[in-house]
Amino acid sequence: MTDGSLPLIWRKFGERYDLDGNFCETCKTAFFPARMVCPNCRRKGKLVARKMPKAGKIVTFTEVFSGPAGFEHETPYFIAIIELENKARLLSQIVDSEKEKVKIGAKVEKVFRKISDIDPEGPIAYGYKFKVV
Amino acid sequence: MRSVSIIGVGCTSFGEHWDRSFRQLIVEAGIEAIMSAGIEGKDVEALYGGSMASGRFIGQEHVGALIADQLGLNPIPATRVEDACASGGVALRSGYMAIKSGDYDIVAVGGIEKMTDVGTEQAAIALGGAGDQETELFHGASFPALYALMARVHMNKFGTTEEQMAMCSVQAHKNGMLNPKSQFHREITVEDVMNSGYVASPLKLLDCSPITDGAAAVILCETEKAKKICEEPIEILASTQASDTLALAGRKSLTEIIATKKATQEAYKKANVSVKDIDVVELHDCFSIANILAIEDLGFFKKGEGGKAVEQGKTALNAEISVNPSGGLKCGHPVGATGVKQAVEITQQLRGKADKRQVKGAKIGLAHNVGGSGATATVHLLKALEGRK
Repeated sequence: MTDGSLPLIWRKFGERYDLDGNFCETCKTAFFPARMVCPNCRRKGKLVARKMPKAGKIVTFTEVFSGPAGFEHETPYFIAIIELENKARLLSQIVDSEKEKVKIGAKVEKVFRKISDIDPEGPIAYGYKFKVV
Repeated sequence: MRSVSIIGVGCTSFGEHWDRSFRQLIVEAGIEAIMSAGIEGKDVEALYGGSMASGRFIGQEHVGALIADQLGLNPIPATRVEDACASGGVALRSGYMAIKSGDYDIVAVGGIEKMTDVGTEQAAIALGGAGDQETELFHGASFPALYALMARVHMNKFGTTEEQMAMCSVQAHKNGMLNPKSQFHREITVEDVMNSGYVASPLKLLDCSPITDGAAAVILCETEKAKKICEEPIEILASTQASDTLALAGRKSLTEIIATKKATQEAYKKANVSVKDIDVVELHDCFSIANILAIEDLGFFKKGEGGKAVEQGKTALNAEISVNPSGGLKCGHPVGATGVKQAVEITQQLRGKADKRQVKGAKIGLAHNVGGSGATATVHLLKALEGRK
């Protein structure tokens, strides 16, 4: 499992802790995670580092009752695709929210949480989750 | 322009084969294909084997060489092909292109997955690798969860219901009853699906394909040669493939698999056929919502009308379009084998040898294989030819 890999967890700090992404100044599109090549403009693209906004809305969601290894004890939990205020989309868990309020269009904001620690000897992976506001 | 035909097919039964190994399964399918083609092992010039995650499932990589070795086909070039759940479809396309290029006349294509040597949670991790490891599986997004995210949008936008999705599974089970090789032989009702418990809402257990062991194989041959050695060659009119973003969040639309649309349009154009010419289709219904997405994206029904079409029985055996006579997801889904099994089923349909599940007068068939949540799609159009009498 790559989740337990210390170098991976370390190099993802910016992305997973602070929503570090980037923005193409040519086509004015925000990317999260940051891309090395703008898929719209390729060599004509001009990518600059940018932090993503912490607020967005739910595009779609599911409540997971049977999770993969490492998440067996978390079920049930919500997974959603969220569109941030700058139109970038990401997938995240939804936590600390009343079940009835998790719906398409609901406004959400980023929170900082433990994601997984499936290897008892290994590091704990932290990162973003979102909650309904 | 060289053309390519299928001259032999083989397929194991699909199911939980605790007593049989990866090697035994692929050898059974491979020998059946070679024997049915009426050729000998020495006639096979190259081999392509599709397997999604043999490393995760049985700790074995390098399975291209393994398959050639076990079939006694050394020293021919043997290559493993991996594109998640589309590994089989891409292996078929690799064999097709190898003959098309002029390098070979006869090529063996296999697809296999041996999934039950690990537990369910480990299998979920292996399958999760078909999505984006860093931004999906890391957050606990299982494979059913990804398709559930698409299902929710389809329901919200077009009014597709959980009952309509359940109907896909009911029909798949019904067809599976007629296929001796399918994993399940049990009729189910919409109520059974609705009561089967959520795996990832709105998808329930019976909306999902099972974990399966199985292998399938086909022998491909250059068409002029095929006509001389085979009574009923099945010509591959078109073999196409497309890709999309690995992660679902990056897609331009969540209510369609754009890679499917792209591959389909190109296939129809290359083969100079229209969707109306298709008599039978084996499509990639890893989840019931995938069936609805596919019948729309392949062009059989307008976007948003797939759920209603299934509910009205338009996709049943010998109805408007016969979808998945093999039983589709309920036939079992040994991921790397599925794309090849589809070609085996379409071949049998076009030869009129599909027994109780025969689509009447089937002339042209389509096989549609998807990898991951839609980052890869392949389409193959097949047609029966007159051969040696």
